[in-house]
Amino acid sequence: MNIVVCVKQVPDTATERRLRPGEGTLDRATPDGLINELDEYAIEEGLRIAEAHEGEVTILSMGPAKAAESIRKALSMGADKAIHVVDDGLAGSDALATSYAIAQVLEETGFDLVITGSESTDARMGVLAAMLAERLGVPQLTLASKVDIDGTRITVRRVSDEGFDEVEASLPAVVSVMEKINEPRYPSFKGIMAAKKKPVRTLSLADAGIDADQVGLAASATEVVDFAARPPRQAGVIVKDEGDGGTKAAAFLTERKFI
Amino acid sequence: MINYQLAPEQEELRQTVAAFARDVVAPVIGGFYEREEFPYEIVARMGKLGLFGLPFPEEYGGMGGDYFALCVALEELARVDSSVAVTLEAAVSLGAMPIYRFGSEEQRRRWLPDLCAGERLAGFGLTEPGGGSDIPGGMRTTARLVKEDGKGEWVVNGTKAFITNSGTSITSLVTVLAITGEKGEEKEISSIVIPNGTGGFIIGQRYSKVGWCASDTRELSFTDCRVPEGNLLGERGRGYAQFLHILDEGRVAIAALATGLAQGCVDECLRYATEREAFGKRLEQHQAIQFKIADMAARAHVARLTWYDAAARLLAGQPVKKEAAIAKLVASNAAMDNARDATQIFGGYGFMNEFPVGRFYRDAKVLEIGEGTSEVQRLLIARQLGLRP
Ligand SMILES: Cc1cc2nc3c(=O)[nH]c(=O)nc-3n(C[C@H](O)[C@H](O)[C@H](O)COP(=O)(O)OP(=O)(O)OC[C@H]3O[C@@H](n4cnc5c(N)ncnc54)[C@H](O)[C@@H]3O)c2cc1C
Repeated sequence: MNIVVCVKQVPDTATERRLRPGEGTLDRATPDGLINELDEYAIEEGLRIAEAHEGEVTILSMGPAKAAESIRKALSMGADKAIHVVDDGLAGSDALATSYAIAQVLEETGFDLVITGSESTDARMGVLAAMLAERLGVPQLTLASKVDIDGTRITVRRVSDEGFDEVEASLPAVVSVMEKINEPRYPSFKGIMAAKKKPVRTLSLADAGIDADQVGLAASATEVVDFAARPPRQAGVIVKDEGDGGTKAAAFLTERKFI
Repeated sequence: MINYQLAPEQEELRQTVAAFARDVVAPVIGGFYEREEFPYEIVARMGKLGLFGLPFPEEYGGMGGDYFALCVALEELARVDSSVAVTLEAAVSLGAMPIYRFGSEEQRRRWLPDLCAGERLAGFGLTEPGGGSDIPGGMRTTARLVKEDGKGEWVVNGTKAFITNSGTSITSLVTVLAITGEKGEEKEISSIVIPNGTGGFIIGQRYSKVGWCASDTRELSFTDCRVPEGNLLGERGRGYAQFLHILDEGRVAIAALATGLAQGCVDECLRYATEREAFGKRLEQHQAIQFKIADMAARAHVARLTWYDAAARLLAGQPVKKEAAIAKLVASNAAMDNARDATQIFGGYGFMNEFPVGRFYRDAKVLEIGEGTSEVQRLLIARQLGLRP
């Protein structure tokens, strides 16, 4: 089975993140780039499916040269090979443009199953899997908390507000996974050493047959009009319990639409 | 020129072990420590991560790395906790390494794969109740070779003290140094592998220890304990030379572990000093605190350079006796000094078991004792400088 896992390098959520003035895009030159956390679950799921169904896992990442570190880590975890789409022309691409570029590559490589994290911790759009499925003309099974494969049938538990739905489709398909679907493995030293010898194909826009006019900041359908730093956190409200503490707490939560 | 940058794969290993220590060890180790309980679950996960096989070739189930890689892992583990770090250190450099270095092909194939996987642990029994520094002077344990019907067996009698990893439910064997005869005035010493469960091999209660409380340390006694002649490790009479070699390496590993503890003190203080306030300022703004932390960082840095240097020599096959002793001496001093200062910076909380620095304080002391006391390190350095009694 040909499994492709899409992996994005994101800034470490533990460090301060900045938007570039003018463009309103994320400053990706910040020192600490990590694999998007949800993508680690996607990689793990891909590896498990590959182990159970004699598959091969390809990591597909679009991002600056620095993203090579994250690709290496994914290979250390056990993926077989990787494709890195890197081109200055891609900078500033929004979700729609990104999905176009990634779909182009997937059309070329072919796939039985594409797995993504359900969102990235930087932009948090959560739409890429759906856009990819649409562009590729295959079923989408998003927000999966469990994936089962039987021949060409794929069944997932799709998390919903009330619980979960069981969704079924036939391969090829695109799946996006939720947190806690599995426990991502740590790369072993053998894995780290082996990763050095695994093939990574680096593709420019031209190599991948991606139309430069459809990607990058200029071609993006969305635009950041304005942004501001988050206001400093307000002091909390202290409710004195005079026998009606519960009612007050409930009123507070209702007012803010938590309940 | 020397470059002390880690290679990319060593750096990736370092980051992986750091994440493992932070996510898997740190949240739960305090409880194991207070209950004086061996953390089997964590050890199993360290096994899955391949840590126990780091310096061994893949053909024996190892990771195909080297001793430097092991030390990198030890430093990162000890930044968070020393009990699990010393369990790894003793299992690899004292338990499995003698079998790899001195064992026959058959012995390696029999014992190493389980040890490399971390599914089994091994110990190394050198120290005796009568003395650990004075080997072979203080040694009493004997192994007599008896032959019946052409079949040879070693009959072991004696007691070993303070043996790490010797009594866990997953311990498979202990390699014991014993007197196997006399060569003129001198004792003939050999290494013999004694599988756990052998009749006459009695594993004592775990000691109640000041530190390393989640590691396994026991007294072992042997009463007419019989093992096959083939359990001799390497050549008969080479036991003393073997253990000198093993301890030279082991000192580098302990130095890495001590560096981790020293660094862990810096990490904890950097965090705490930005949160705690006194006299209207955060602790970090008091120069007295800044200077303490600066000294701590300097000690950890020096400790790291000494073990990097010793480990690099080890890998290059260069003489390392002096540098290994220097690394152990310097790094264990750094650990002690940093643990004392870190506890001070934490004030009353530093004396509480629930804070890591309290554990660091209790764990640091043994670094000046185990695998050769600081006095023994000074003796070794002095000998290498040509000084004689
Ligand atoms: C937690 C723990 C785990 C251990 N694990 C193991 C293990 O797995 N395997 C193992 O074999 N051992 C192990 N040991 C034993 C350890 O290696 C010894 O305790 C150590 O080598 C010191 O020996 P000793 O305790 O007999 O002290 P002694 O040798 O009795 O020394 C007492 C004191 O005298 C000093 N001294 C001795 N000789 C001299 C000299 N010539 N000049 C100056 N000062 C001197 C020493 O430095 C020390 O301060 C462990 C110990 C501990 C505490």
